[in-house]
Amino acid sequence: MSATKSYSEEFLKGIWKENPVFIQVLGMCPMLAVTNTAVNAIAMGVATAFVLLGSSILVSLLRKVIAKPVRISTYIVIIATFVTVADYSIEAFSPALHRELGAFIALIVVNCLILGRQEAYSSKNTVGFAIVDASGMAIGFAFALFCLGATREILGFGTFFGSPIFGEHFEPWVIMALPPGGFLMLGFILLFFNWLEQRKKGAAV
Amino acid sequence: MIKKPMQLLLQTSPFLRRGITTPRLMSEVVIATIPVIFAACWYFGLSALLLIFASVAGAMLTEWFFTPKKSSTQPSNSLLDGSGLLTGILLGLTLPPGMAMWMAFLGGVVGISIGKLVMGGLGQNMFNPALVGRAFLQAAFPTAITTWNPPATSPGSLESFTAIRESNLAAPFMQSSTDAVTTASPLGLMKFEHEPTPWFDLFIGNTAGSLGETCAIVIIVMGVIMAIRRDFDWRIPVSILLAVAAFSAIPWFIKPELYPTPLGMLLSGGLLFGAVYMATDPVTSPVTPKGAWIFGASIGLLVVLIRLWGGLPEGVMYAILLMNAATPLIERIAQPRVFGRGRSAV
Repeated sequence: MSATKSYSEEFLKGIWKENPVFIQVLGMCPMLAVTNTAVNAIAMGVATAFVLLGSSILVSLLRKVIAKPVRISTYIVIIATFVTVADYSIEAFSPALHRELGAFIALIVVNCLILGRQEAYSSKNTVGFAIVDASGMAIGFAFALFCLGATREILGFGTFFGSPIFGEHFEPWVIMALPPGGFLMLGFILLFFNWLEQRKKGAAV
Repeated sequence: MIKKPMQLLLQTSPFLRRGITTPRLMSEVVIATIPVIFAACWYFGLSALLLIFASVAGAMLTEWFFTPKKSSTQPSNSLLDGSGLLTGILLGLTLPPGMAMWMAFLGGVVGISIGKLVMGGLGQNMFNPALVGRAFLQAAFPTAITTWNPPATSPGSLESFTAIRESNLAAPFMQSSTDAVTTASPLGLMKFEHEPTPWFDLFIGNTAGSLGETCAIVIIVMGVIMAIRRDFDWRIPVSILLAVAAFSAIPWFIKPELYPTPLGMLLSGGLLFGAVYMATDPVTSPVTPKGAWIFGASIGLLVVLIRLWGGLPEGVMYAILLMNAATPLIERIAQPRVFGRGRSAV
């Protein structure tokens, strides 16, 4: 923890340099499970962002009170509280979306991205930095979910946010709507980002 | 006469080499596919050439795109060794005649990129690249890849040769808007209607099916020629065919009206094509003789299981891919005994 860290840097690192999906490869379960359409991906991203932001603020505020030996279970209780709020809110506002996302909303509790941020960042930093870090990470995560969801929806259903973009004779790639498509697409996206990284390193040398 | 200073060369074995290189082997197999391509054109017309062209284009362009252009350590010869060309041809031959060209192209791209290059290129791939491409197409377009067009009514005539199927020319990402005449493959007929196909039609290839798989006689002749020229290990196709015959004979003896005859099993579907051209890929099959027997027999057993009791009428592709994955394990248990060591020493 250097003394000279700036808010903008802490915010941007979550989106790009330490992107939770492309670089840290965290939160793979929702990443693969609910990204068959762009809408599902965005909804998952927003729900995760809400939980991450809420628990980061609370953990950062309580960081001096939480006893070291029980910190993980305390974090989990805090995260679970926010997940329950998110779960009930989605069920109230959009039952259809809730049915689509299913158990994966409840499973945000065990998303290692959220727990990881509490342990690695919020518990050691002030509230201001915790908010900035959490929003950066959340946007990075939502961005990754959106990339995957949009490509899978375009190829798997021929639509983008539900509206057809290829016309009526589109031949859907069935595999993209199924789990193997998620794995394949995630692999390709990781490949692409590693390639970008290598190019940057190559250019620096 | 100039006398050269005497040189003492120190060499280790092997001293005798067959002089066969990867480009040479690949070109021999590519030549061996020409009669199969000809048979495909005979029965399915220009569609065969269009689809093979598309899948070869996909395979070669991908190979070219990902090959390092300026490498000091390794000359960029992976494009010229013919393996990409062979993958493209083999993939094209496993597609049904009415498939869209863009799908064949995509299959070539996926086969080379996921099937071969991500693993580290030729020699490093775990699965047969052509079958990886086909498996992707099967998962992505399950309807298109199981839509069979009947062979031409007058095979070999110019008129049926130039009759292009509209579905081949569908624009990328689109289905063909026209309806084509379709039929069931011999395996589908047997599995779902219990209606056997005359063995002579299967033998000469006058049935619906993928482009290269229908004409049994051509594949058998080319297989024998390649086995004699030692382009592959003869044990692999022989053990596959023996295992299929043996394992399919048992249910046939018990209930002949329900299950196909062993001869029908051998001649129909992609079994012969898979056994001769796909399973014998030197990269993804065992090199030890004992391993080749185990590999082939397991493929045969899996083919019978999938065909008779699986959800799909055809299972050669999945059987070969599964055993590709098991190849390193087979090699392990099939190591030959080292001369002078005990039986347990491996």
